Amino acid sequence: MELICPAGTPAALRVAVEAGADAVYCGFRDETNARNFPGLNFSREELRTAIAFAHSRKVKVLVAVNTFARAGALEIWHRAIDDAVDAGADALILADLGLLDYAARRHSGQRLHLSVQAAAANADAIRFYVETFGVRRVVLPRVLSITEIAAVIRDVACETEVFVFGGLCVMAEGRCSLSSYATGQSPNMQGVCSPASHVKYQESDGRLVSRLGDFTINVFGKDEAAAYPTLCKGRFSTTFGTGYTFEEPVSLDAATMLPGLRAAGVTALKIEGRQRSRAYIEGVVRAFRRTLTALDAGEPVERADLSAMTEGQTTTVGAYRKTWR
Amino acid sequence: MRLTLGPVLFNWQPETWRDFYFRIADEAPVDSVVVGEVVCSKRAPFLAGHMPAVIERLVAGGKEVVLGSLVLVSLPRERRQMAELAEADGFLTEIEDLSCLAPYAGRPHAIGPFINVYNEATAAFLAGRGANRICLPPELPLGSIRTIAQSLPDTTIEVFAFGKVPLAISARCYHARIHKLTKDNCRFVCGQDPDGLPVRTLDGAGFLLINGVQTLSDTCANLAGDVDALRSAGVRALRLSPQTCDMVAVAKLFREVLDGRREGEDAVRALASVYPQTAFANGFLYGSPGAQFVRSMTLRSQ
Repeated sequence: MELICPAGTPAALRVAVEAGADAVYCGFRDETNARNFPGLNFSREELRTAIAFAHSRKVKVLVAVNTFARAGALEIWHRAIDDAVDAGADALILADLGLLDYAARRHSGQRLHLSVQAAAANADAIRFYVETFGVRRVVLPRVLSITEIAAVIRDVACETEVFVFGGLCVMAEGRCSLSSYATGQSPNMQGVCSPASHVKYQESDGRLVSRLGDFTINVFGKDEAAAYPTLCKGRFSTTFGTGYTFEEPVSLDAATMLPGLRAAGVTALKIEGRQRSRAYIEGVVRAFRRTLTALDAGEPVERADLSAMTEGQTTTVGAYRKTWR
Repeated sequence: MRLTLGPVLFNWQPETWRDFYFRIADEAPVDSVVVGEVVCSKRAPFLAGHMPAVIERLVAGGKEVVLGSLVLVSLPRERRQMAELAEADGFLTEIEDLSCLAPYAGRPHAIGPFINVYNEATAAFLAGRGANRICLPPELPLGSIRTIAQSLPDTTIEVFAFGKVPLAISARCYHARIHKLTKDNCRFVCGQDPDGLPVRTLDGAGFLLINGVQTLSDTCANLAGDVDALRSAGVRALRLSPQTCDMVAVAKLFREVLDGRREGEDAVRALASVYPQTAFANGFLYGSPGAQFVRSMTLRSQ
């Protein structure tokens, strides 16, 4: 199985390559990719240099153009696609039907991957993208169990990539407007979720209140670590009590699931976190490279302690083992 | 402009559901009605027995009947249901999940607000495969709506104009989670909340609603004051999404605005008494947070 690693900056890309990535994914410094955060991402020139470096190490570079193009401004997204192809990207990661159509016509032969933002969660959806646009690989939504992944793989003529580490969307990816409801900015449109520009922390009676736009997302006691106010991971109240209504602030760590994912026929394993530090990239990529090496050698798979790398310092194997079904 | 009544998103008692549609058929001035359980496949069997009578009554009432697909198709059983839906003749289907799209190639169909249509290229791609009506995602701003509508004059562009706004769909059931149940053994607890289960912030502000696997806004979309702006953008249909308030009265108010018999701002005020204790919002239309209510373009420009 290939190890696909995030890079928010050229320096992070070098770190990922040195730490054992088979491929690195990144995006341009604008709204065309779903990690459009200040100080992050690549200029055209940086991408060219990064691809040359990665290729010299036999590492692939996948370029994410995975937001949904703004009406009336298609040329921004078209240029991102054209420039990524021109720079020698090994694959484009796309979600928007209009952009898939453009890329398939304009750059026939270019390898296209379907972004998780397209939320293709079953064989019928995947087959549609494969047959219509020639998509070669689909990044599966983080909602499927290993059994379900195996069934999808049996049904489709397409490679699959699954997330094994990092932040977890609680909702179906690419089908969520919670962020724009509170802030006016969404992953689909602006490439941001719960943007830092709309976050405020306030002290109140010795407690720390985190707010997103006009809404309180969490309140922390003196001894609690204050998590970032990602909207779906906040504490709210209903008539049935107060707590993490949608999801605890946990991160995915599917290291122990790797044997099952390999047996299911998964092509590639993806690490989330283009917005994370070089230390994160280095630590997580090295740990997963070690695990994969052990797996290939038939040795037992041990879970490295990466809890310090995760949001909320707790991890889950996510939907790969569905306890809530 | 046409009026479309969207599908009932909540888990209503089957008789309540049937009687709701009977009254819509007889009294509501809407042109199209989308029927079918789109949120949770587990609810569908309870409605199936009433479906033929509901469809018959709607047709007799002069309404165009549109069958809605599921919003999130995952299980083999759900894929089979969608394949059967694609074989149903005589009615238009509204696609709510792209996994349902393939069998409709070259056949007229509608695209629902759960499909990501953010630009004219995607809309043109779908129209080219047979979509003759597209209800745009609720988070789209007016500028995008205008560009899409004007680039596709032969496709009916529809906008979500009234109702709690569907914001997210999940594989996981939050009603079940809150009741400490599993999804497979949920006891249909979502039926206890026919207008959604309110989720409040820790300081007590209304925020969201839970409807099983779906999350909606606590505010109710109300674009009655924005009809002129929508019309001049090229929008040809408005969607009203069923709530527990008097939806016939809602439809009549919107109809009066569309027909020029009532001012939009006046309809906004009247809707507040039809659906009391509910905050209205139209922020998405103006690129503001969706939870906000922005005074209409026409008023602001005066």
